[in-house]
Amino acid sequence: MSTLEFDHVTVRYGASTVLDEVSLIVPDGEIVGLVGESGSGKSTLAKAAVGLAPVHGGQILLDGEPIRLRGRHRPVQMVFQDPFSSLDPRMTIGESIAEALYRPESGRLSRAGRRVEIARLLELVHLDAGRAGHRPGELSGGQRQRVALARALAGRPRLVIADEITSALDVSVQGAVLNLVREMQRELGLSMLFISHNLAVVRYVASQVAVLEGGRIVEHGPTAEVLGRPQHDYTRQLLAAIPGGHDTLTKETNA
Amino acid sequence: MSQRWFRIVKTPVGIVGLGLLALIVLLAVFAPILWGDKASTVDTENILAGPSAQHWFGTDNLGRDLFFRVLVATRLSLTLTLVATALGTVIGLVLGTAPQLLGGRLGRLVTALVNVFVAFPGLLLVLVFAVIFGVGARGAVLAIGLAVAPGLARLCQTLVAGVAGLEYVAAARIAGVNRFRIMARHVLPNVAEPLIVNVTITAGAILLSFAGLSFLGLGVQAPEYDWGRLMQDGLSGIFVHPLAALAPGIMVVLAGLAFNLTGEAIAGVFGISTTTGTGTMQVPSGETPVTELRHDHEADGDLVLDVRDLSVTFPGVNGPVRPVRGVSFAIAVGEAVGVVGESGSGKSLTALAIAGLVEEPASVDARHLTFCGTDLLEEPANGQTHDKLLGTSLAVVFQDPMTSFNPTMRIGAQLAEVGRHHQGLDRKEASERAVDRLRAVRVRDPERRARQYPFEFSGGMRQRAMIGMGLMGSPRLIIADEPTTALDVTVQSQVLALLQDVRREEGAALLLISHDVSVVADVCDRVLVMYAGRIVEDLPTADLRTRARHPYTRALVAAVPAMTTDVDAPLATIPGHPVEPAQVPVGCAYAARCPLATQRCLEQDPTLTAGPGGSRVACWHATEPAEVLTAQEAIA
Amino acid sequence: MATLIPAAAPPRSVPKPQGRLGGRWTRFALRRTGRLLVSLWVLVTVSFLMIHLVPGDPVRAALGMTAPTELVEAKRQALGLDDPLLTQYVHYLGNLLHGDLGESITTQLPVSETISQRLPATASLAVLAFLVAIAVAIPLGVAVAVATRRGRRRRTELAFAGSSVVLGAIPDFLVGVALVAVFAVGLGWFPVAGRTDASSYVLPVLALAIGPAAVLARIVRVEMLSVLETDYVRTARAKRLPARRIHLRHALPNAVTATLTLGGMLLASMIAGTVLVENVFAWPGLGSTIVQSIVTKDYPVVQGTVLVYGLGVLVINTLVDVALAVLDPRSTIGEL
Repeated sequence: MSTLEFDHVTVRYGASTVLDEVSLIVPDGEIVGLVGESGSGKSTLAKAAVGLAPVHGGQILLDGEPIRLRGRHRPVQMVFQDPFSSLDPRMTIGESIAEALYRPESGRLSRAGRRVEIARLLELVHLDAGRAGHRPGELSGGQRQRVALARALAGRPRLVIADEITSALDVSVQGAVLNLVREMQRELGLSMLFISHNLAVVRYVASQVAVLEGGRIVEHGPTAEVLGRPQHDYTRQLLAAIPGGHDTLTKETNA
Repeated sequence: MSQRWFRIVKTPVGIVGLGLLALIVLLAVFAPILWGDKASTVDTENILAGPSAQHWFGTDNLGRDLFFRVLVATRLSLTLTLVATALGTVIGLVLGTAPQLLGGRLGRLVTALVNVFVAFPGLLLVLVFAVIFGVGARGAVLAIGLAVAPGLARLCQTLVAGVAGLEYVAAARIAGVNRFRIMARHVLPNVAEPLIVNVTITAGAILLSFAGLSFLGLGVQAPEYDWGRLMQDGLSGIFVHPLAALAPGIMVVLAGLAFNLTGEAIAGVFGISTTTGTGTMQVPSGETPVTELRHDHEADGDLVLDVRDLSVTFPGVNGPVRPVRGVSFAIAVGEAVGVVGESGSGKSLTALAIAGLVEEPASVDARHLTFCGTDLLEEPANGQTHDKLLGTSLAVVFQDPMTSFNPTMRIGAQLAEVGRHHQGLDRKEASERAVDRLRAVRVRDPERRARQYPFEFSGGMRQRAMIGMGLMGSPRLIIADEPTTALDVTVQSQVLALLQDVRREEGAALLLISHDVSVVADVCDRVLVMYAGRIVEDLPTADLRTRARHPYTRALVAAVPAMTTDVDAPLATIPGHPVEPAQVPVGCAYAARCPLATQRCLEQDPTLTAGPGGSRVACWHATEPAEVLTAQEAIA
Repeated sequence: MATLIPAAAPPRSVPKPQGRLGGRWTRFALRRTGRLLVSLWVLVTVSFLMIHLVPGDPVRAALGMTAPTELVEAKRQALGLDDPLLTQYVHYLGNLLHGDLGESITTQLPVSETISQRLPATASLAVLAFLVAIAVAIPLGVAVAVATRRGRRRRTELAFAGSSVVLGAIPDFLVGVALVAVFAVGLGWFPVAGRTDASSYVLPVLALAIGPAAVLARIVRVEMLSVLETDYVRTARAKRLPARRIHLRHALPNAVTATLTLGGMLLASMIAGTVLVENVFAWPGLGSTIVQSIVTKDYPVVQGTVLVYGLGVLVINTLVDVALAVLDPRSTIGEL
C-alpha cells in the first residue's frame, strides 16, 4: 500500500470551482475520513483521484509520483455509494470481478487461475465463493457492496477510495460493511480514503479526519482530536447537528 | 434472458404481432414463387374489372389480377423496409455511440449535429434525399435509411448516456477497461432492449414511408411494384372500385401493425418487473394476534389518533400480500411518537394508511380508526367527506422535498390552495396567509419566496415550506415520513428543531417516521419499533438505549455507530435479511435472525403485550436478561 | 415513437437556486435564438447543397437528354452553376435575404410567387388539423388516464389501447383514401378532391389529424398516468383538494409539459404529412408542388419549397420551446 497526496488540487466545472486548492495526504496503511455536506466537493475529490474529474490545478501524487490514470492497471480503485447501480446487471459477479483482475505484465491469467483468484477475493469479503455465478439481482444491498469491495481489491490497488459506501444501506447491514472495512485495513494494511457525511461512521473507521466545506479543507487531523476538540466553526456546527448528540436543537441558523 | 424473450409469445399483443410478422415473412418468401406468374398475366378481356369470383380484388389497367399482385408485392415491400432499417440502424448506432467513444469536443459536435437534424420531420428529410439520390427504389432506400438515422442516433445517444453515467461503468473505467470494450460489454447490452423495440417500431414506420413514397410516384417505378405503387395505380380508379386502392393499403397497415405490435410486446415484457412471487411464499391468514391496547390513564378525548388493527393489503400474484399486519397504537394530544424500522418494515405505509393516502390496488383495513374523535372509517352522514377535517387538522410532510412540490406552480400558490379550499379564504386572503405561514416556518423574505417556483428553493427551504403548508390550517397531528433523510446533517437538525417549535406553538402531535433511531430519540417522547409489518416494541425514548426488551430493538440500537461507540470493538450486526412482506413466516417474523429464538418462536407469533410503565413488547423472551444477547451479538 | 421505454430513473439533479428571474429568461432567449440560427443555417446550406449533390448535371437532368446543348449551357449560365461553389453560396444567401428564391426551370415563374400562391392552402390545412388533433387528444388522454388508473376498467383501457395503436399505425394518406372511398365516393357527403368551400376541408383535415390524435392521446395518457403517481400529486391529495383540481391544476400542466416536446415533433411531422394528403385530395398546396417538382427535377422549386417547409418546422420547434418555458420554468435553466 502507498501514500496518496493531493497537492493543491483545483477542479472546476464551467464557472464554478468545486475544489479549491485542496491538499490532503492519505498515509500508507491508514484510513482517512473525509466529511462534508452535499456540494462540499467530497465526491469530486474522489473522482479526481481516479481520473473521472478534470483537474485544473495542482497534482495528485502516489508515493511521490504523479498518479497513473490511463492504461490497464490503475493503482487507485473506488467503491461507490449505490450498490444497485455499481454492478452491471448483465454480468455475473464473477465476471465483474474478473474484469478488474490484476494482470501480470508477462501475460494473461489462466482460466483456472482466474477462478481461484475470484474465489479468494469473495472469501476475503465474507461471501461464499459459489456466489461467483450469481447476478447482482440475486444479492442484497449489503452483499453487493461487498462484491464492489472485492472488485476494487481485484486490481491489486495501492489505495482504495470509498465514497459513501454505507449511506444507501439499511442499518442492520451497515455495521457488517463497516466491520469489513476495518478488517481490510488491519489485515491487508489497506490505505483508504473514506468519504461519508456521517461523522459517527467516520469516527468508527478512520484514524484521521478531514473536513471539507465549499471545496476547501477547513480542518484536518487525528480523528479523536478533530472530533473531540474541533477548532473550526464549521466542524463544531457539524458535530452539534448530529442527532442524539449532546446539545442538539438549541442553535438557530438559517438553511 | 431467453426465457424473457419467450414470454413475448405468451402475451396477446405478442401473439398477434409475431403471428402477423411471420405471415408477412412467409408471403414475402413464397408469394413470388407461387403466384408470380398469375400476378403478371395480362388479361385484355378484363381490364379494370371489379371484384369477381375469378379476380377477387378485380384487375388493373392491363387486366392483371390485383389479389395476387398485392400478395407478390409483399417481397419487395418487406425487402426495401429491411434494407432501409438496417442502413438507418447502422448509421444511428455509429452516430449514437460516437459521443461516448470520441468524447470531448468532437463528441459534442456529433451530438449537436444529430440534434439539428432530428428537429426536421422524417418525410422532409426523405424528400431532400430523394432529390439527391433520384427517383426509384434504390434512391428511396438510401433516402429513407438516412432519414431515420438521426432519430435513432438521438435515441441511442440518450440511452447510452444514461447507462454510461451509471456507477458500474465508472467502476469499469477505473479498473482500466478501455472505452470500446466498455461500450461493447457494459453499455450496449444494457440498452439493447429499448433499442430493439425502437428499431422494430421504426421498421413499421419505414414500411409506411416506402408506401407513401411509392404512392407519390417517388419510390418504386414500374414495372416493379410494391404496395404503395399498387395503391397509387388504384387511386385513379377509386370511383369505379375502391378495393384496388384499399387492398394494398390494408396490407400496408397490417404489416405496419405487425412491426408495431411486436415492438410493443417486447417493450411490455421488458418493462415489467419480475421480482414478485416464487410460489413458496406464505401469507398468514387474516387473523392477527389480538393486541391489547390500554389507555387507562387517558380518556378517549385526549387522543388525537387511535388506530386498532390497521393492515394494508396488496393483491399479489400468489394471493394477497400484507406489508402492514395489524398495527395498533394511539397518540395523545401534543405527543410526539416515532416509528423506526428498516426499509420494508411497513413504517411508511402505516403512516400513509393513517393519512388516507394509500391507493388502489392496496386496501386498508382497521378495526378502529379515529382522528380527533372523528371515526374515519365511516363516511359522514350529510354526504360530505372528511376532506375538510383532514385538510386543516392533519399535516403531512414527505421524505423528498425535491419531488413533493408541483414543479410548475409557485410555492405561495401551493400553500394558498389549502386556504382557498378548506378555509373559505378568497385569493388575496389565502396568499397573505401563505406568506404569513412561510414567515412562521422562518423562510426569509417570504413575500418574494412565495412568488418563486420550487426549483428556486434549496432542499431545506422546501421542507420548511412543506411544514408551512401543513400550518395553513391548525394541525392537530403532523405526520412526517422521513422528513430529513434527504437533507444534510446541519439542515436536518434545523428542520427537526422547526418541527419541535411548531409542535410547541400549535400544540400539535407528531408522528415521525424514520430509519434513524437517533433522530427519533432526539425528537420523540415514545418510539414504536416496527418489523415485518408489526409493531414489535412500543417504549419511551428514554428507555431506548438502556431498557429495550425486544432483541430487534436492541440490535437496531447497537448496530448504528454513535459518537460514543467503542471504536475498538466490532459493531453489532444483525445476521440474515429482513423478511419480505410476501414471505412472512408462521411464528415470530424475527426468529430467523434472533439469537434468542427457540422452538416456540418458530411456531407461535408473539402478541404485543403491555408491560410495566405502559410500554408494550411482542417477544416470548422479553423478560430474559440483556447480557445473553449482547454476547451473542458480538460473535455474529 | 409512441412507445415510451421504461428507463432507469435519471439521477436527480439539484438545481441551484436562481437569484435573478430576468437573467434566467435573457439567457434562455439568447440560447434559444442561437439554436434557431444554427438550425436555420443548416437548413439553408442543405437546400443549397442539395442541387450540387445530385449526380451528373442537374440542368441536363431537368431539361432531358434531348435538350440542345446550347440551351443547357444557357440555363447553367443563368443559374450561375459555372461559378465557384463559394461564389454561388454567397450569391444564394444574398438572394435569399431579398426574398429571391430563383425561378422555375420548367415554368420560368419566380419560385417565391408559386410559394406565396400555394402556401395558404397548406398552412390552413396543417393548422386546422393540429387544432383538431389537440382538441381530441388531450381531453381523451386525460379522461382515459384518470378512468383506467391503477388497473381500473381494464376493458376501457384495452379498447383505447387497441384502437389508438391501430389508428396511429395507419398512414395519413391511407386514411385519406379510405375517407374518400367512404364519405365522398360512397356516401357523397363531401367533395372528392380540390379546395372549394368549407366542406372540402373536412376530409383532408381528418385524414391529417386522426393518426396524430391517436398517438398524442396515447402519449397524454401515459404521461398523465406517470404524473398521477408523482410525489407532488400525493402532496396535493394530502391537502385534500377536490379530484378535479388535482387532475386539472396539478397533474395536467405537468403531463402537458412532458407531452409538448413530442407534440411539437408530431406537429412538425403533420406539416410534412400535408405532402401526402394533398396528393390524395388534389389539394392546391405546396405538397403537390414539391412532389411535382421532384419528379420533373425542377430544382429551384424543390429548394424553395424545402426551405419553406423547414422554416415552418423550425418556427414550430421554437414556439414549442417557448411554450414549455412558460409552462415549466425549470426548462429555462436547461442545457443547450
